Amino acid sequence: MRLLDTVRFAAGAALGAPLRTALMALAMAIGVAAVVILTALGDGARRYVVGEFNSLGSNLVIVLPGRTETGGLGIGGLSATTPRDLTLEDAAALLRAPGVVRIAPLVVGDAEISTAGRLRSVFVVGTHADFRQVRQVNVAQGRFLPDEGLRHGGNWAVIGATLREQMFGAAPALGAHLRIGDRRFRVIGVLEASGQGLGMDMDELVLIPAPVAQAMFDTNTLFRILVEARDRNAIPTVKREIERILRARHDGESDVTLLTQDAVLGTFDRILSALTLAVAGIGAISLAVAGILVMNVMLVAVAQRTSEIGLLKALGASAAIIRRSFLVEAALLSLAGAAGGLLIGYAGAAALRVALPDLPADPPAWAVLAGLATALITGIVFGVLPARRAARLDPVEALAKRH
Amino acid sequence: MAQVELAGIERIFHLGDAEVHALRAIDLTIEAGEYVAVMGPSGSGKSTLLNLLGLLDLPDQGTYRLEGRDVTSLGPDQQAAVRSGRIGFVFQSFHLISRLSAAENIALPMTLAGIPPETRDARVRQALIDFGLDARADHRPDQLSGGQRQRVAIARATIMQPAILLADEPTGNLDRATGHEVTRLLEDLNTRGTTLIVVTHDPAMGERARRRVLMEDGAIRRDERPTPP
Repeated sequence: MRLLDTVRFAAGAALGAPLRTALMALAMAIGVAAVVILTALGDGARRYVVGEFNSLGSNLVIVLPGRTETGGLGIGGLSATTPRDLTLEDAAALLRAPGVVRIAPLVVGDAEISTAGRLRSVFVVGTHADFRQVRQVNVAQGRFLPDEGLRHGGNWAVIGATLREQMFGAAPALGAHLRIGDRRFRVIGVLEASGQGLGMDMDELVLIPAPVAQAMFDTNTLFRILVEARDRNAIPTVKREIERILRARHDGESDVTLLTQDAVLGTFDRILSALTLAVAGIGAISLAVAGILVMNVMLVAVAQRTSEIGLLKALGASAAIIRRSFLVEAALLSLAGAAGGLLIGYAGAAALRVALPDLPADPPAWAVLAGLATALITGIVFGVLPARRAARLDPVEALAKRH
Repeated sequence: MAQVELAGIERIFHLGDAEVHALRAIDLTIEAGEYVAVMGPSGSGKSTLLNLLGLLDLPDQGTYRLEGRDVTSLGPDQQAAVRSGRIGFVFQSFHLISRLSAAENIALPMTLAGIPPETRDARVRQALIDFGLDARADHRPDQLSGGQRQRVAIARATIMQPAILLADEPTGNLDRATGHEVTRLLEDLNTRGTTLIVVTHDPAMGERARRRVLMEDGAIRRDERPTPP
């Protein structure tokens, strides 16, 4: 039997039972649509996170005290010496490294703040004027911390948007006095509302000059140093320079960890890609369920068309022809379902994009291809058993069966 | 060499513990171009014999030579090829595929055999004219009368120009007049050289056959051959 004739015969047989065919195609369509929409969601989330990270500026190197680099314990990791603290002097030294544009030291701690009878505990970040460019934060009112060098600072405070709301309400915040711990500060700026970033809520913190924060928390160490490289290509050089400078300053010990946005980004990328694969797998389960439906429906088809199969055998059809005809029918049903599923999936992804404009929920090409291939393979694999059953029917008994 | 040579054919069906001897010690020789009516009461083994002749069933013992070739030892695919090229079936209940048009039903054996569409179309067109169905080519079986359906079935059975036409109660579902019409059609084919083997209950049809094989309990009781003129 010619391939085209087989396809036409199988298509005719499938259309001969429209309800059965439609239901099965629908089951397959739901499976494929699930894969398309779930992967669109997963991949959209990945691209959203990657995009957000990129918008933070990818030229950033973060210096942490202590050697906590992943990748196993190096010789340094086994040394008994406790790591030296990072200091403002270290930060100032880094500024001299080639390729470094700006740095922002970070001193952090919790403190009570109060004004006009309102009291609450806040997250205080001591930093430098360059923090604004390094972290790309915008000031909504007033101005950011003035550049007074790394070692000096006045009692100025820049506060987050939510904090302004809570502490001042409708009253003007700019120029107002704020008690932080046991010191009095003047509010010179309010940040734009921006939400979460790098593990701190920018809307609920107070920024003050780093030396003031060190004095307030009675410490001379830094939580981290943010270093901005000239551009992305300068990052390897900058990392090497930071290592060299800090080793020289720390008696020849490499006792800092350097994080780059790329590394953080890579981790997130990997996690979210794995997540996308996982949801694709969940979608594939529904395809497997659809496959079992395919098998069920094809078994019913074999039972209903028993006398037809007997006739085909009497007319000289070999077992191979009958097997192929039923397999092609299962494959056609799966393909039709998959095509419908693609339509539903793309429509669903488009609806997601409308509902969540921030999320670039486009189904990735690999997922679409994988969904189609899985549908087709499922249809054929689960079509094998019914097709073999049809081909093995005894022609005499099959012919004797009434329609 | 006879066209059909059956020797020592036994066919036993197992129904639970019981054994049914459907055919016993059948020896039968049929020459090309013969017109044979196989007659006998229900359960006498007529249909089993016909299925065996059409290679739909295999004997438990004995040999079946078709055109000199032992076909009982052939593999299933080779048997399918023999059915496709040498044997045509006509059934009591027509066995047309309801979703296919008359023309498509007639073309089916050629489609299965992989004959190219151009050849198929030409032969189907000729068959539709020969069987008076040219106005019914695109009708589906449920739009045809009983007689028309059986004519479609006969056209289908003969479209591959088989050597042997096997008919199982071909007039059983038809009224008398239509039955006659179908019988004449089959006899015409026989006159043009096709061996015709008919299983029938109908004594009138049996009378018309030149040779009658009477069966009882799976064995041939009588074989009434025409006396040479």
